[in-house]
Amino acid sequence: MKEIIPDIDRWLASGEQVAVARVVGVEGSGPRDPGAAMAVSASGEVAGSVSGGCVEGAVVTEALEVLQSGQARLRTFGYSDDEAFAVGLTCGGTLHILIEPLDW
Amino acid sequence: MSERPVYEALRSALLASEPVVLVTVVAAVPQIDSTLSRVDVDEAGPAGELPGVGAKLLVVPPPVGGGGVGGSPEAEPTVIGTIGDAELDRVLVRDALAALERGITVTRHYGPRGEARREDVSVFIESFTVPPTLVIFGAVDFTAALAAAGKLVGFRVVVCDARPVFATPRRFPAADEVVVDWPDRYLDRIASGLGPRDAICVLTHDTKFDVPAVLAALQTRAGYIGAMGSRRTHEERWKRLVEAGADEAALRARLLSPIGLDIGARTPEETAVAICAEIIAARAGVAGASLRDSRAGVAGASLRDSSGPIHRR
Repeated sequence: MKEIIPDIDRWLASGEQVAVARVVGVEGSGPRDPGAAMAVSASGEVAGSVSGGCVEGAVVTEALEVLQSGQARLRTFGYSDDEAFAVGLTCGGTLHILIEPLDW
Repeated sequence: MSERPVYEALRSALLASEPVVLVTVVAAVPQIDSTLSRVDVDEAGPAGELPGVGAKLLVVPPPVGGGGVGGSPEAEPTVIGTIGDAELDRVLVRDALAALERGITVTRHYGPRGEARREDVSVFIESFTVPPTLVIFGAVDFTAALAAAGKLVGFRVVVCDARPVFATPRRFPAADEVVVDWPDRYLDRIASGLGPRDAICVLTHDTKFDVPAVLAALQTRAGYIGAMGSRRTHEERWKRLVEAGADEAALRARLLSPIGLDIGARTPEETAVAICAEIIAARAGVAGASLRDSRAGVAGASLRDSSGPIHRR
């Protein structure tokens, strides 16, 4: 979280909305531990990461939607039969990521 | 009142490297309580409102030590934000402080009023601890490299040597602090602040300095104690440590000497990597070998929970 603060501050200072995504759960093998954080500005700039590059693209899309709706959401990435979890992790693990507008 | 009170408080704590713990609701789904009959449920009235996903509070622990003006042993933590229910907040503040104390980040489940053994509300408790400390004794070339490597893996690095000519910030630009003092005297001073996440490396390899340093290190709660030197230096030092009254069982259990994993390191930089690798392995409770040769995925039950960046499964 600490490493993305300078970018968040810069975006907030220029009046941009910011979404924050955090790993809140890992099952099996995962690239990053719970707490790994990524921030996305309304204009689509990105700071930090939540995986080894596997799901960041999908998280950016979700983050921009979260900024539109203003509603936090919990998303799961990994192997699953559910088509909602289409973005997979090559390591075979499952990541639970909370994506929320930085309005707190 | 700030527009983002929780973020502002989190931000200032992180930038000041002060401990803080952030509590966030990640899921809230009412559970049917199977121990209640239909009548009980009806009589209890409508279920309490559950918090929304994203509801959060931040807990700043009271400063340690207290003492002095305004210090109080019963100092209360500062709480910013609310999950929505006073009783749930109270339970969460208690559990958040306990998690921070242990330095863990964890998801826990509660009832709408903080009841245990319920799963209506799932809460992510994220501890932001202060960086662990690496104390290096001996102002030598190996120390400069170890200070830099220690910073890389997240330590606050202190270099200590009794010789003012050698112990200068200019020689150790990577160190957060350079202290001119005798190792044992310095350790006595800071011992109460050292815990299982902290490491002590004795690089003096001069028995005049390193015997008292290791003896003092054994009196701390530091999770890693290592001492540099050849096999011969190590044997000589061991003898002197025992002569000086060190408990041999404690030495065997806690002293890593000669220091470092066996990766064939020669240069100060390579040695620094070998030492940091040993610190990481010791903290993780593993022996340290190539992942290729690790049978963890097949037989190692103890590695099941590993989720580090190098996928061990």
